[in-house]
Amino acid sequence: MWDYTEKVKEHFEHPRNVGVVERIDGDGQVGSLSCGDALRLTIQVDKAKDTIEDARFQTFGCASAIASSSAMTEMIKGKSVDEALKVTNQDIADYLGGLPREKMHCSVLGREALEAAVANYRGVPLPQSDSPIICECFGVTEKEIERTIRENSLTSVEEITFYTKAGGGCGGCQPELEKILKRVLTGNRETALRKTPLEGDGAPPKLTFLQKARLIEEAITHEIAPALMQDGGDIELVDIDGDEVLVRLKGSCATCPSAKRTLADFVTEKLRELVSESITVKEVRS
Amino acid sequence: MSDDKKLIYFDNNATTPIHPEVLEAMLPFFGPKYGNPSSMYPLAMASAAELKKGREKTAALLGCEPREVIFTSCGTESDNTAIWSALRTQPDRRHFVTSRVEHPAILSNVTLLRKLGYRVTEVGVDEKGNLLWDQFIEALTPDTALASFLWANNETGVIFPIEKMAEACSERGILFHTDAVQVAGKIPLNLAKTKVDMLSVSGHKLNAPKGIGLLYLRRGVKYAPFMLGGHQESGHRGGTENVPYIVGLGRACELALAHMEDENTRVRDLRDHLEAGIIGAIPYTRVNGDPANRVPNTTNISFEYVEGEAILLHLAAAGICASSGSACTSGSLEPSHVLRAMGVPFTAAHGSIRLSLSVSNTAEEVETVIKAFPPIIAKLREMSPFWKDDGPAKDNSMLTCETGSCQVCGG
Repeated sequence: MWDYTEKVKEHFEHPRNVGVVERIDGDGQVGSLSCGDALRLTIQVDKAKDTIEDARFQTFGCASAIASSSAMTEMIKGKSVDEALKVTNQDIADYLGGLPREKMHCSVLGREALEAAVANYRGVPLPQSDSPIICECFGVTEKEIERTIRENSLTSVEEITFYTKAGGGCGGCQPELEKILKRVLTGNRETALRKTPLEGDGAPPKLTFLQKARLIEEAITHEIAPALMQDGGDIELVDIDGDEVLVRLKGSCATCPSAKRTLADFVTEKLRELVSESITVKEVRS
Repeated sequence: MSDDKKLIYFDNNATTPIHPEVLEAMLPFFGPKYGNPSSMYPLAMASAAELKKGREKTAALLGCEPREVIFTSCGTESDNTAIWSALRTQPDRRHFVTSRVEHPAILSNVTLLRKLGYRVTEVGVDEKGNLLWDQFIEALTPDTALASFLWANNETGVIFPIEKMAEACSERGILFHTDAVQVAGKIPLNLAKTKVDMLSVSGHKLNAPKGIGLLYLRRGVKYAPFMLGGHQESGHRGGTENVPYIVGLGRACELALAHMEDENTRVRDLRDHLEAGIIGAIPYTRVNGDPANRVPNTTNISFEYVEGEAILLHLAAAGICASSGSACTSGSLEPSHVLRAMGVPFTAAHGSIRLSLSVSNTAEEVETVIKAFPPIIAKLREMSPFWKDDGPAKDNSMLTCETGSCQVCGG
């Protein structure tokens, strides 16, 4: 018997916001009947204010899937679309007072449905959609796995299975999961190392162009792109010209009115923090 | 749910309550009758005498000689003992035959055997859960050390033709073991008349406590013990005999024999009525397992487009105990291997509920359960993206998974 919190039981027995919104502005469908859980989230958006007026769900799944769906709709109603996208799977689990770790994939399903509904509303493809499938049994992509490892600070293949279901069927992809895990963890550690000054006098180390280019590339792949993906976007490194980094924004970032601010505030700040204080960022439009 | 509300216990294939008469028979052996049956004084003689009686009573239920009974700690120990005994006594044979619908006590050994270089054949079942006979016969080779099959499936109750299978193995000089945990006490057994070499029973499935089981070992069958120790159980299992539990199992076997007719008439009728009542009241349901070939107490019903754990939790809130073959209840991510082996469609595999009765259940309880199901299923279907109004939603892209190659979609 699962040790569900009172909040999970309460949301399971009395789920909020069941059904379909009156005017469907965004429609997100994730999971499948065959895989054992599926969630459809529809949202109605006040377009002038870019605010979620109403959110309703339909879920096929266990008690924690139903409770996660119910919690997620409660959390996003009344929020701006950008604010809503900041809700992580951990936020959903926290709202419910926690989930058994074997059931964390239910909270991930909730977050994925939210992204799918917003992507549908904005008319952009899902950031994960072009990523190769790693787990054939449950159709889990490489990007989903990498991102879930990062966002939840996962440290074992077993945890990856609890959070994404990947590896929980035939188990054939477990060696591949191990590799992805190692890659992400190594990436994180290198990033952490670079944050501490290497020289004894506290001054940042002097970088050769090749070292700098590698650092920029790593910072974009492991830090900046995953963060942008949370908002339905992505970023591509086009070129490096001295201290000027040329990037192209993809997904919802490309059409997002706050793209300029994203660039200035986030990408520049991150690159300066991780690589060099003298970096400037320029967007290339295709 | 509050403790004072009366439980309706329909999960007797998972475990059974200890019968009050079983408990009563056991109690003196937790008190004044503590002697070790191997010792040489009257206190010990009392224990040894009860041990003998316990063996006789269990042998009576199985239709075998008392000396063919080895007491173990549980059904799983009995299964493990049987497998490893057969392999160790025939080191030149490197092949093991079993089915795709076995209990984990057998299937977990399959994984290890393959790692150790043994060949393993898992015989399939048809859509009703019946054994594929030709596949079984083809699997038997001169290299086969042991064939091991469930007598009745714990999830569906479907019965394998064990007497015929044991006969086929005997003709070919192959040892045959059966896990009879779900049939002991439910259908009459007469092992002396069969060619079964080894058979496992678990006490807690027939109103004895957890922690006691037995392995039937036909006289003359080569044997290597699993537990090494003293000379207990005629050298078949080391370790001081669990006297109180053996006494309890003996009493439980006596009671099971006495209740056998009730189980096969009244309980069967209750089960049939329960099943008909539920599937009659709710559309898009299906019975998993051959209705004409099951133990009398078990039914396994799938409710399409809803998930099993959610059903169970609503049942629990109504004071009803049952179990499910859904992925979510087990902690694994895939639905029951038994239902998958039977090719149960994925629309139904996740929404299966097993109801298993006993002689303690009443017609009144059956009526209560029949009435409890429709609102629960209706509530969950209303919430399901695969359900619209009063039938399945058409053209739903979420029906199959993205790859279509998973074990559920791809078969």
